[in-house]
Amino acid sequence: MPAVRVISRLDVKAPNLVKGIHLEGLRIIGDPGEYARRYYADGIDEIVYTDIVASLYGRNSILDLVERTARGVFVPITVGGGMRTLDDVGAVLRAGADKVSVNTAAVRNPDFIREVSETFGSQCLVIAVETIRGSDGVWRVFTDNGREQTGLDALEWIDRVQTLGAGEIMLTSVDREGTFNGFETDLIREVAKRARIPLIAHGGAGKPDDAVDAVDAGADAVSFAGILHYQRVTVADIKKALADRGIEVRQ
Amino acid sequence: MSRRVAVLDYGRGNLFSVARAFERVDAEPYFVRTAETVLGADALVLPGVGAFGDAIDALARDALIEPVIEYVASGRPLLGICLGAQLLLDVSVELGEHRGLGVIPGRVERLAPQGRAQGPKVPNVGWARLKRPEGASWTGTILDGIDQGTYAYFVHSFHPVPARSEHVLACQIFDDEASAAIVARDNVVGCQFHPEKSGEAGQRMLAAWLRT
Repeated sequence: MPAVRVISRLDVKAPNLVKGIHLEGLRIIGDPGEYARRYYADGIDEIVYTDIVASLYGRNSILDLVERTARGVFVPITVGGGMRTLDDVGAVLRAGADKVSVNTAAVRNPDFIREVSETFGSQCLVIAVETIRGSDGVWRVFTDNGREQTGLDALEWIDRVQTLGAGEIMLTSVDREGTFNGFETDLIREVAKRARIPLIAHGGAGKPDDAVDAVDAGADAVSFAGILHYQRVTVADIKKALADRGIEVRQ
Repeated sequence: MSRRVAVLDYGRGNLFSVARAFERVDAEPYFVRTAETVLGADALVLPGVGAFGDAIDALARDALIEPVIEYVASGRPLLGICLGAQLLLDVSVELGEHRGLGVIPGRVERLAPQGRAQGPKVPNVGWARLKRPEGASWTGTILDGIDQGTYAYFVHSFHPVPARSEHVLACQIFDDEASAAIVARDNVVGCQFHPEKSGEAGQRMLAAWLRT
């Protein structure tokens, strides 16, 4: 088994690193490239950039950011947000990204998952699944940063994307995102039962021990935004919490 | 003087990450696409992601298979990365049987049986420790100065299985079994993992390879 990966997700509204609550009400934090370099120096295992506006202007700015980051950050870099065509994917990979994450385009056209995995390999395709739990207890898939309801049952969608060629799943609980109340472990547990590919848990981490709960629920990797950006904890604190519970991490 | 490193561009690699990593260790990477430039290289990198058959077909289409084999015979250093490491072997069973470059005897096989319910996930994605097989020496190799247990970043569903154990320079433990992480024979070395994405340790490996 590989070590549990500790990942940082950086939401970018070009040219700034931003952070919201439930993916809304964004605050400007700083220069994303600078944060990525700091996390790399601190031992982060992977960086995820999400372009949350994904406008034409933003796209060029993101490509520039990825290129700058890849010159000094030698761990895998994933880029998501507005990946609609094979050309979009090719452009970020050429800029130095190792993987792309796709949400909206996959929901609108599930065949896009197959196209990307057949063209670039499934190892570079992360399917981002953003969920909100309905009053009926069913987790549903949302797109556009939790704004657009798709009606898709998240667990059924997870099955489907794996069949189509997804390489990894990045699961975001919009309900927990930005709350610091901990990961949505019920959700992680249900998805983990179905995930035959690596599962990255995101949304809600408020303290290092929350990572342990996500791993216990079945996550292969844990992702952090606010608690790292606001310097509530360090990468080392998170890795220590995992290692203290006997969970292997890269030290 | 910085060392020039030819990175083979046959349309199937994360060339840019590889090039940036070499720049960082003060080498001068450049891309090659033709037989002449392959044969003229002083150090050659064979990157690659995706499927084995597709990659070997791309090499064949560009008439690069013979030049790479001839380059290897010249004794100059070749580094294969990920799929590029797998291409060094005789044959792969990924999506049908495909012939490789055959510069290291052995096969490329699935990490674990398809559709298996138990055991670690495939693809194997993440950081795993490098172990030194009994009898192997890392001195003067790509792992010169690297400690046992150093983590490297892997993304793969298939792995090289050299016919001879002496061609395994380092292994990882996957599903309680040793799996070749680095295959090596004379001037040829192949990393199943991505040294260019393996943090500072990976940088040290690339620098060590440039000294070989």
